[in-house]
Amino acid sequence: MTISIDPQKTNNESLQPKGWLRYFSFSLDHKVIGIQYLVCGFLFYLIGGTLASAIRIELASPMSDFMPRDVYNQVLTLHGTIMIFLWIVPVVNGAFGNYLIPFYVGARDMAFPRLNAVAFWLIPPSGLMLVASYFVEGAAQAGWTAYPPLSITTPQSGQIIWILSVLLLGGSSIFGGINFIATIIKLRRPGLKLMQLPMYCWAMLGTSLLVVLSTPVLAGTLILLSFDIIANTGFFNPVLGGNVVVYQHLFWFYSHPAVYIMVLPAFGLVSEILPVHARKPLFGYTTMVFSIMGIVVLGLVVWAHHMFTSGTPPWMRLFFTIATAFIAVPTGIKFFNWVATLWGGKISINSAMLFSCGFIINFVFGGITGVALAQVPFDIHVHDTYFVVAHFHYIVYGGTVFIIFSSIYHWFPKVTGKMLKEKLGILHFIITFIGFNLCFAPQHWLGLNGMPRRVAEYDPQFQFVNQISSLGALLMAISTIPFLINVFISVRNGKNAGDNPWNALTPEWLTSSPPPVENWEGEAPLVEEPYGYGKEISEQT
Amino acid sequence: MLNKNIYLILIISLVFAISFWIGFNVNLLPAEASINAPIYDELFKILFIIGLIIFIGMTIAVIYSLFKFRKRNDQIGDGIALEGNLSLEIVWTIIPSIIVLLIGLYSYNIYDRMGGMKELNHNHEMMSSNTEKIWAGISQTSDSEIAKNNLSIEVSAMQFAFLFNYPKGNFISGELHVPVDQKVSMKMESKDVIHAFWVPEFRIKQDIIPGQPTILNFTPTKVGKYPIICAELCGPYHGGMRASIIVEEESDYKEWFNKNKKPEVNL
Repeated sequence: MTISIDPQKTNNESLQPKGWLRYFSFSLDHKVIGIQYLVCGFLFYLIGGTLASAIRIELASPMSDFMPRDVYNQVLTLHGTIMIFLWIVPVVNGAFGNYLIPFYVGARDMAFPRLNAVAFWLIPPSGLMLVASYFVEGAAQAGWTAYPPLSITTPQSGQIIWILSVLLLGGSSIFGGINFIATIIKLRRPGLKLMQLPMYCWAMLGTSLLVVLSTPVLAGTLILLSFDIIANTGFFNPVLGGNVVVYQHLFWFYSHPAVYIMVLPAFGLVSEILPVHARKPLFGYTTMVFSIMGIVVLGLVVWAHHMFTSGTPPWMRLFFTIATAFIAVPTGIKFFNWVATLWGGKISINSAMLFSCGFIINFVFGGITGVALAQVPFDIHVHDTYFVVAHFHYIVYGGTVFIIFSSIYHWFPKVTGKMLKEKLGILHFIITFIGFNLCFAPQHWLGLNGMPRRVAEYDPQFQFVNQISSLGALLMAISTIPFLINVFISVRNGKNAGDNPWNALTPEWLTSSPPPVENWEGEAPLVEEPYGYGKEISEQT
Repeated sequence: MLNKNIYLILIISLVFAISFWIGFNVNLLPAEASINAPIYDELFKILFIIGLIIFIGMTIAVIYSLFKFRKRNDQIGDGIALEGNLSLEIVWTIIPSIIVLLIGLYSYNIYDRMGGMKELNHNHEMMSSNTEKIWAGISQTSDSEIAKNNLSIEVSAMQFAFLFNYPKGNFISGELHVPVDQKVSMKMESKDVIHAFWVPEFRIKQDIIPGQPTILNFTPTKVGKYPIICAELCGPYHGGMRASIIVEEESDYKEWFNKNKKPEVNL
């Protein structure tokens, strides 16, 4: 059952500013909000990246000599929090979700445009507040996990601002999730079946379910933690009889699904990009849908694998090992399907394709170390070491961030009507890929050999490998330069893209570039086969 | 067709050969100094080889596709309209499931051999009425008979140091001395925030939690000095929170123990 809304009432056009100014307004247009998410997220990515560079400079020498020790802990806390809550989650969900989902379901906007704008506008103030907390009494310094009792005993103002900021960002995420579910389920154009939706819709449906189910748990946990900090309650404070391990369970009940909140949308995006540039249908649509839902269900019951060395009894360790390892099965299916999508295609080797293939290679590597980490005896040695740091950067940077760049190269022509320069794009890919692997591959060895994470000083025998890693980080920082130059040149003087430069079949390419307010001049097109490559041509010729 | 299959078999055997060669010849781990270490390294080797096969295989498949199926300049149109292949998809669902299940069972076996599935008891002969419920840690034995020969040590962690209490000698040391080949049973508790006890050469780690004692048992097998590293973020000096464990011959240990021993105070 679908309900129809009067398109004239969703957006009061006369009140909306025109031109670039609309990106600074309380716009209700899902496309404007999507770009607001993306640009805002990218600015925070630059801040988070600067913090990462500071960490790698500190770690280029074994002594703690670049910044004070407590500042170092603040930097690593802010780096993690910013990258997760202000860059990856808002961009893969908010930015691309807002821009693409209404097109994919054939709607003129999201189900709740005002809620959508509120969800975005919660982000800049909470992000600025988080960054500004450094100037109050020092930012939070208990890591992005904020484990008590450390988070209770470190300076309070920074920690409380951190909690407030994460609560607002969580609220924004929940608003977004509700909006995506409502849009996908209720705003589908008449005649469009669920199993005809582009894969990104399925990924966002799964992600939004995870957001709605698990984010409230984090919110509740952080509220209890703030009570412990400001009102001297004893939920997690062992001095007052609280239990610190309970916090970890509650925290990871959100924060493990958060990993899927960060990667499932990327799985959806790569499923849109590969078929277009390989000129082949997405391989195994139905199994892809089931594996997304499988990941959603399994993703909710694996959280305690973050706590194998913590206070977990043996039976619990065993259950979470098996559950975690089994996530590799639906994930593996997706990767085999993507390689099968490439197989036998007519592949255009461009920036979008290269970043997507880089994603496959990096993520397979991170997935393999993930299955290893799921094994209790394996994890007991490497937990809380650089091995884990390397593993999750392979997932969230080598995986999701590569897909964010791939998506920018893919959808830039639609958003701006201009093409990005391919040569600069390929240069961007090469520097990013080399820099990323140089930075994070050696960290596996560091972790196995005795370097714990979140340290400002380390055993001098690890200096050389740390310097290689820092060199990689330098390359990663440099890699944003060709990207930014490319974007700034192309947005003004880029080659005109036309409406559909890639000859893609998904609905967003069937309107003008950039698309008009409310997406289509006339009726939304009914796209029954978003991946019908190979067929349509044979029908035409 | 036959030719193609021969190439495929050749490539797959090559991937296996390379993975096995790397798995057996590249050592990524530090020295083995406890009875846990060789068991752990056995698991590591298996996971490393399986991981290499999958990673090298997938990488070759992606790079090969990019070269083999790249669009030539004179080409127009699309690739083949292949939307899926049910039997192939069933194959790559079932095979990974079996691999994952086997790895899971195997690591269960490894964990069991490490003593992880044993009941958690801190067998302390001086506290016969010990009814405290300890529910986290790694115990290598729950058998009280063997436990009698255990060296019992109480570990307390604080920002930013470890203290090792030898109840039998009634003294506290900042360095952990243990005799080689002797089972050590530690009960650990934190005075402030969460810390962790990690000895990379022993391949063991356990969080030290305030308000909840955890236990950790191990048996060192090699004489030497190894670092004890705190692995849980515990404050500004977390990176500097290290201690040493000195594994020594029984006689050297006795000498050290007797030097530090304090006469017991009768209450």
